[in-house]
Amino acid sequence: MSAFGKQPNPQLNSHGELQHLLTIEGLPREMLLRILDTAAPFSEVAEREVKKVPLLRGKSVFNLFFENSTRTRTTFEIAAKRLSADVINLNISTSSANKGETLLDTADNLAAMQADMFVVRHASSGAPHLLAQHLAATGRDHIHVVNAGDGRHAHPTQGLLDMYTIRHYKTDFSQLTVAIVGDVLHSRVARSQIHALTTLGVPEVRVIAPKTLLPTGIERLGVRVFNDMREGLRGVDVVMMLRLQNERMQGALLPSTQEYFKSYGLTPEKLSLAKPDAIVMHPGPMNRGVEIDSAVADGGQAVILPQVTFGIAVRMAVMAMLAGN
Amino acid sequence: MPVATHLPDAEALCAALADAMRPHVDPARAALVGIHTGGVWVAARLHAALGLKIPPGSIDVSFYRDDFSQRGLHANAKTSQIPFDVEGAHIVIVDDVLHTGRTIRAAMNELFDYGRPARIDLAVLTDRGGRELPIAPTFSPHSLSLPAAQILALERADDGRLSFRLIEK
Repeated sequence: MSAFGKQPNPQLNSHGELQHLLTIEGLPREMLLRILDTAAPFSEVAEREVKKVPLLRGKSVFNLFFENSTRTRTTFEIAAKRLSADVINLNISTSSANKGETLLDTADNLAAMQADMFVVRHASSGAPHLLAQHLAATGRDHIHVVNAGDGRHAHPTQGLLDMYTIRHYKTDFSQLTVAIVGDVLHSRVARSQIHALTTLGVPEVRVIAPKTLLPTGIERLGVRVFNDMREGLRGVDVVMMLRLQNERMQGALLPSTQEYFKSYGLTPEKLSLAKPDAIVMHPGPMNRGVEIDSAVADGGQAVILPQVTFGIAVRMAVMAMLAGN
Repeated sequence: MPVATHLPDAEALCAALADAMRPHVDPARAALVGIHTGGVWVAARLHAALGLKIPPGSIDVSFYRDDFSQRGLHANAKTSQIPFDVEGAHIVIVDDVLHTGRTIRAAMNELFDYGRPARIDLAVLTDRGGRELPIAPTFSPHSLSLPAAQILALERADDGRLSFRLIEK
């Protein structure tokens, strides 16, 4: 972190304003609340005849996706376009060897094309941080970096849109019990959710997963661990399902997806153990019949599609705040 | 620093503004749009005083300001709400104080993203001068001249009473 000198948080500029969004970890509660507050008026923009505001007019936003993601890339693209930015999408498939080099080379080239913002998705944890560091070290820290998911590390805009969704339905974080269920081991989403929930003062955050899909020491993040899903869901206000990440699995972490569904799939029967007004969330894309039953995914307690809609407003808020700092 | 002791009476100006508008607005067809935050309060007063049928809209121009690149995004941006069809409407933009005219330009730009109004008028409690754009109020019962370093702000007490306060920048 030497390139950032004495700055305590590499995401903040010398005025304490958000310069990059790399991770939720370490951001003060006021900052998270400000992002959520700012997202609210942006959600109204989608209701207008002209679904655009001119904040990022003339700015160039590059979506650098070193890892495939249709949904996240699309919502970032829509968010940037609704802010009137010019959006350039680059889907860069990488060989496993020289990822770091490829990332910085690509960024240097795009910086030479007067980029104003990079939205980065990368399979390696820390890649957006490395890029921000590189921009600072080379005197180009006017270029903003948004982490759109890096390895197992973080997916901060997903975490923020989840918080926006929870606040929309539950209003007050300080009275909630929230359960995060599934493949926590491979999930950057889970890490961002846990940091956001604890920072926002949710008194009880539970993590429900088989031992093989839990990172060691997860309790240190301030969560209660449950291996039995029925026990863990009892009385919760919010159920946040995670996608089973088959593509990241190495070795035999699971007996079979059918077996997984039996123990950790969210069925109407298991959901009935949560509070009657509990909401069900999922970051998408869903594996129906693996981590979630279709009857739940399409049921009255699911807020999975509103999450997508809120995600655009939250990403607009993040990009507008960064571009103005 | 000299302090202006005779600030205009905001309550009296609300009444005077309504009187000035009454002959010119059709209660069945005119729609008010207040600019956050003071303009929204004034619009609510005018709406009641003039007996308008169309519910008043509110607008926050944070996303349309021309100083975004210098000052960034305003904290506490509010949601704009236009509860009527802007297409073909007679709209009166309502604000507390008219100064540079930049806020009004931003508000008009924003309104056009909802549709094409037939006509837009501008109603303000007071015109403090210092215009930087060719914008003039249609209805303004009061004017005064203030140095650029002073901000004339409308405030609302707990009982709903409106009053002006002078703030040094």
